[in-house]
Amino acid sequence: MPKLTIDELAKMRDRTRRTLVPREGGEFRAKINVHMGTCGIAAGARAVMTALIEEAERRSLQDVLLTSSGCAGLCSQEPMMTVETVGKPPVKYVNLDPAKAREILEKHVLGGSIVRDYALGVGSEKTDA
Amino acid sequence: MLEDLSFHVLDIAENAVSAKAKRVSIRVEERRSKDRLVLEIKDDGRGMGRRRLARARDPFFTTKKTRRVGLGLPLLAQASEAAGGGMKIDSEPGRGTKVRATFRLGHIDRQPLGDMAATLEALVVGHPAVDFRYTHVTDTGRFIFRSRDSAGFPEASGLKKKIRDGLDRLRRTS
Repeated sequence: MPKLTIDELAKMRDRTRRTLVPREGGEFRAKINVHMGTCGIAAGARAVMTALIEEAERRSLQDVLLTSSGCAGLCSQEPMMTVETVGKPPVKYVNLDPAKAREILEKHVLGGSIVRDYALGVGSEKTDA
Repeated sequence: MLEDLSFHVLDIAENAVSAKAKRVSIRVEERRSKDRLVLEIKDDGRGMGRRRLARARDPFFTTKKTRRVGLGLPLLAQASEAAGGGMKIDSEPGRGTKVRATFRLGHIDRQPLGDMAATLEALVVGHPAVDFRYTHVTDTGRFIFRSRDSAGFPEASGLKKKIRDGLDRLRRTS
């Protein structure tokens, strides 16, 4: 195996910390996971992701982890995303569009209150990345 | 149904990430001189054996546990065949997978390229641990992008505009 440089190590640390679960005293207050399977993409998941990125850029958010994963098995309810905040069970949101995603970012991720109208269920999630 | 080619690229690249790829190379070749468009998505993920590969185009085959259909590759095959081209998959267990779809560039049923910048941004932000490389080649020039230093968010801020500007420049000169 080739020797690692300090630079490469720093990059590895940087990348690994993004796969962590948000926790008390950690660097991230929340993690948003957009489901990006074929079903999600066909239903508009990319536009949801784009809206979240634009909103995060606009607000200069540094402590929200944005990530994507595959199909969650509820293809008919896509686009979907899962929001995890520190110390709370993950919440899965369904039938999203860019406006709903922005609303969830503001009210749930930043404001701390679940947007029940768009939520599938609360507390039924596993948290593995 | 995926409406344009940038959605297909996103979908196939997501497959690559699910196959534990560390590096995903996306190549778009737009050759007016040959009336040809080529999309190539190559990864260094876990790859497929012969039996799996033989069934990869079957919409009712998938290795996923979450659902019983796998539509990504069949949809791309259909889109390329509808535009006078076809799709080819090379894969080897432990070595990775290469998906190559060709289209007649001027075919009336060829889907538009779509927003490749939004696709790349979604990939780079969504999968910070993966090294994405994008090469877009035309008759007169090329645009190359590597995710390296913009992996994830907030490092990826402004990425979409950067890629969009690069692709616009390429388009203007061709």
